Amino acid sequence: MALLTFKGGIHPDDGKSLAKDKAIVELKPQGNLVYLVSQHIGAPASPIVEVGERVLKGQKIAEAGGFVSAPVYASVSGTVKAIEPHMNPTGATVNSIVVENDGEYEEAEYAPVKPLEEMTKEEILGAIGEAGVVGMGGAGFPTKVKLSPKEPDKIEYIIANCAECEPYITADYRRMIENPEKLVGGMRIVLKLFDNAKGIFGVEDNKPDCIAKLKDLTKDEPRMEVLPLKTKYPQGGERQLIYATTGRAINSAMLPADAGCVVDNVETMINIYRAVAEGKPSIERVVTVSGDAVKSPGNFLVPFGMNQAEIVEAAGGFKTEPEKMISGGPMMGFSMYTLDVPVTKTSSSILCLTKDEVAANEPTPCINCGRCVDACPSRLIPSRLADYAEHHDEAQFTAHEGLECMECGSCSFVCPAKRQLKQAIGSMRKIALANRKKK
Amino acid sequence: MSENKFKMSSSPHIRSKVTSSNIMLMVTIALLPASAFGVWNFGLPALGMLVTTTLAAVLTEYIYEKLMHKKITVNDFSAVVTGLLLGLNMPPTAPLWMGALGSVFGILVVKQLFGGLGQNFMNPALGARCFLLISFTGQMTTFIYDGVSGPTPLAMLKDGQAVDSMNMLVGRIPGTIGETSVIAIIIGAIFLILMGVIDLRIPGTYIVTFAVFVGIFGQFTKAQAGLFDPQYITSHLCGGGLMLGAWFMATDYVTSPITKKGQYVYGALLGILTGLFRLFGGSAEGVSYAIIISNLLVPLIERVTLPKPFGKGGEK
Repeated sequence: MALLTFKGGIHPDDGKSLAKDKAIVELKPQGNLVYLVSQHIGAPASPIVEVGERVLKGQKIAEAGGFVSAPVYASVSGTVKAIEPHMNPTGATVNSIVVENDGEYEEAEYAPVKPLEEMTKEEILGAIGEAGVVGMGGAGFPTKVKLSPKEPDKIEYIIANCAECEPYITADYRRMIENPEKLVGGMRIVLKLFDNAKGIFGVEDNKPDCIAKLKDLTKDEPRMEVLPLKTKYPQGGERQLIYATTGRAINSAMLPADAGCVVDNVETMINIYRAVAEGKPSIERVVTVSGDAVKSPGNFLVPFGMNQAEIVEAAGGFKTEPEKMISGGPMMGFSMYTLDVPVTKTSSSILCLTKDEVAANEPTPCINCGRCVDACPSRLIPSRLADYAEHHDEAQFTAHEGLECMECGSCSFVCPAKRQLKQAIGSMRKIALANRKKK
Repeated sequence: MSENKFKMSSSPHIRSKVTSSNIMLMVTIALLPASAFGVWNFGLPALGMLVTTTLAAVLTEYIYEKLMHKKITVNDFSAVVTGLLLGLNMPPTAPLWMGALGSVFGILVVKQLFGGLGQNFMNPALGARCFLLISFTGQMTTFIYDGVSGPTPLAMLKDGQAVDSMNMLVGRIPGTIGETSVIAIIIGAIFLILMGVIDLRIPGTYIVTFAVFVGIFGQFTKAQAGLFDPQYITSHLCGGGLMLGAWFMATDYVTSPITKKGQYVYGALLGILTGLFRLFGGSAEGVSYAIIISNLLVPLIERVTLPKPFGKGGEK
């Protein structure tokens, strides 16, 4: 049988061999920790500590600022030094709580947990929300909200996004190798919320060891299934993953719940497990540090708020002068002009590249070769959409379904003319979406 | 640690290694078997013609861009492809100045005046060939082979005479420099398919549609071929510029539809037009005109073949 997949997509060099076999190493931060009050989609959290106050590891320091929001916890013990704006990895300035680490890692006392069987759905959701769990694949959408669809009975599939299709990143891979029982535990918890749902682990077939491990762990779980997927970017894109695993297709105007699906990535599932089964808040994540400029690439368990420069130091620093720093993967991550930013709930990776391929490839005229059309998983005509975008022709852009673009970047990757297709389309999309909201 | 000096850009941060120049270089390489066969078949004048058209095309582009203070783009091999293709479409006996004039017309009028690479609405080499065909019909349609001026097999076929399709397959026949050897052309085409430069959508649809067309309508011509007469169809497939046109000119990215469905429509249109021109037109040939007319219809074809997006029916 052909492997489960979607149409389009690309096969970049995956670069995963750099960090794939490096076991997760827990890092102890030295410098100050910076907790952004906005590490998620939705209202910023509001600080509940004062400057000068001593806080413990696992103590809540900012309260959720609304329904679509998430609280923030301290990941070390120490003293609140300041509450002031600080730069986040995208370069924006966000209000932050700065904690001076006292190096003692004194942990707060957590409320005792109940066995899963005795918990009600409301209690489970409450624990997930209270722990500050958000989508850790990159979007940062509060998980409690995602797990509270209007009609929970209509959810038929809970899909664990184990594709990890971005090149270089191996954080989820290491989690699946080292903590698969927590991942399965997270799935068990989410399934408890949805009586009619089946749990699916969608794993790209370049991770046969993970597939075997998960299959073994779920062999006595009638409600869970492990589905190997074709290794292809963007197999872990939400729409592509849902299509590959269930055959259902959603467009930009729909939510996964409209197709009876909920998708959560590996790190999120593990944080759900920690929140519900261990009663611990979301304070850390696995971050891959990789790229050809790093001395010893690896995977690190990093407390939120830790300075990214410190993490790169932990990976041995640079062996060559890097030209580009990327937060996240090389396909959808964003470039950073400084490493003096904290790790957030959505920082999956720090990539340090010796050469910036974008600067090295000057755009030339489109030769209409159609490679972008073949690569586009949204089945659009990226070269034309980019033309409309460059001419500020919003009407044509929208008429040619430009809003369906999910900005995976496959078009820019394959373009032999090296056009910045995704950049042009992405900018126009923002304008068109904003104008649509105005109407 | 060094700070604040990393390069910034929008994602994605990696690029495939394929560039427009190396695509054009591969097309140039793929044209070499046909070029070599042409030189072997027709002798030194053929070599002179290929060199002249290629050099003239590159020079025209260089001089125009220099005079217009534009970026010099001759190293993208696109002008080389245009010049070489035009040379392969010339009779070996045509004067060299005619080839040079064609290259100037193709590059200057068809390509650069419309905005350069990617902006031309018509294949420059074919535009140039049709310009020369109209301007110098006699010299462009006189084919001297082994010292004898005679009709091409396609003209004999049109006249109802018997032809040797084995010679046509190998290419030991009169014709333009690069169109005679089906084998040499196919070798280049297979190379392009293997390198992922072209696919079968356009040439496959073109050739199949054309074969079906002549298979059905051959009986209404002087040849009075039977329905789907294999000998008649084979001769048509191997004759004239069909193979060179189908594999190397109909597949020109710039002047063919970008939509997949559109590529099938375009291929079918080419097959029907070529069949009409060859069987019922005034000349025995029809490929060049079929392609440039279809080039002009590309925007319309694209408009009616827009794909459906993912989640709106296009995912399957």
